[in-house]
Amino acid sequence: MHRLAWEDFVVGSVTELGTLCISRDDIVEFAAEFDPQPMHLDDAAAAASMLGGLAASGWHTCCLMMRLLGDGLLRDANVLRVPGVEDVRWRAPVRPGETLTARATVLETWPAPGHADRGFVKLRLELTDARATRLMTMTMSPLLARAVT
Amino acid sequence: MKFFEDIPVGEAAMLGSHVFTAAAIAAFAARFEPRLLRLDHDAPLPASGWQVACVWMRRLVDHRRNEDAERRARGQPVATLGPSPGFRDLQWPAPVYPGDTVTYRNEVIDKRVSLSRPRWGLLMSRNSGHNQRGELVLSFVSSAFVQRRPDGA
Repeated sequence: MHRLAWEDFVVGSVTELGTLCISRDDIVEFAAEFDPQPMHLDDAAAAASMLGGLAASGWHTCCLMMRLLGDGLLRDANVLRVPGVEDVRWRAPVRPGETLTARATVLETWPAPGHADRGFVKLRLELTDARATRLMTMTMSPLLARAVT
Repeated sequence: MKFFEDIPVGEAAMLGSHVFTAAAIAAFAARFEPRLLRLDHDAPLPASGWQVACVWMRRLVDHRRNEDAERRARGQPVATLGPSPGFRDLQWPAPVYPGDTVTYRNEVIDKRVSLSRPRWGLLMSRNSGHNQRGELVLSFVSSAFVQRRPDGA
């Protein structure tokens, strides 16, 4: 099947990346390993915190976004590198039992300076809940191979 | 940790080191970046950049926990570290391979009081990770809410 190349990404195009559900066990398991702050582990501590209740680690939501981006778009693309992430905004708490939907919008594309065979695609990624509340936004620019001519 | 007012811009802390094993790299990739598992099989699978970043977070939390225990033992007050609104300018300049040791660091680069939450301040830090060869493998700027000194403290 055709694998997406740099040229296949059109500015303004929107790709629905899919949906997944995050459980309380998921939240606590991730937090226990990578972000063991009480607001991600314990209901009472979380209720007393700025988050107002148990919520997922922001790093966990980033990882889930990457899972959805990978499965929903990048898996079928000739990705050479993801050099980094320009920004992430954790906008609203991600609660246990939440249904998370991700979407990618192409903001910009440009050829890689000095390389005729590759180019960057700037993606705006958005994670929303079942009420369409924006939970997280992310901007990143993967490097893709150009189409073989 | 210290209260917002008592944290000097420029203060740096070493957060400790972590060894990335092949098993942990594969397990993380299977969970969050399975597309990496389908890449070139001749080369050892490098860690997902997100794993390198998530381990930074673990090291930071452990460091703050140890710092708080030391402060309590000295009878010093302990400030609450709040959530983070996000981060920016994250780079993964070099891959992390199985067997690599990454040493993490945190340096406060800026701070300002929160206008929307006056009992809190915002701390901005440049965070980094270097491997055992001294190569930079992770860099980003984080922000986090830190409790301000309560009235009379």
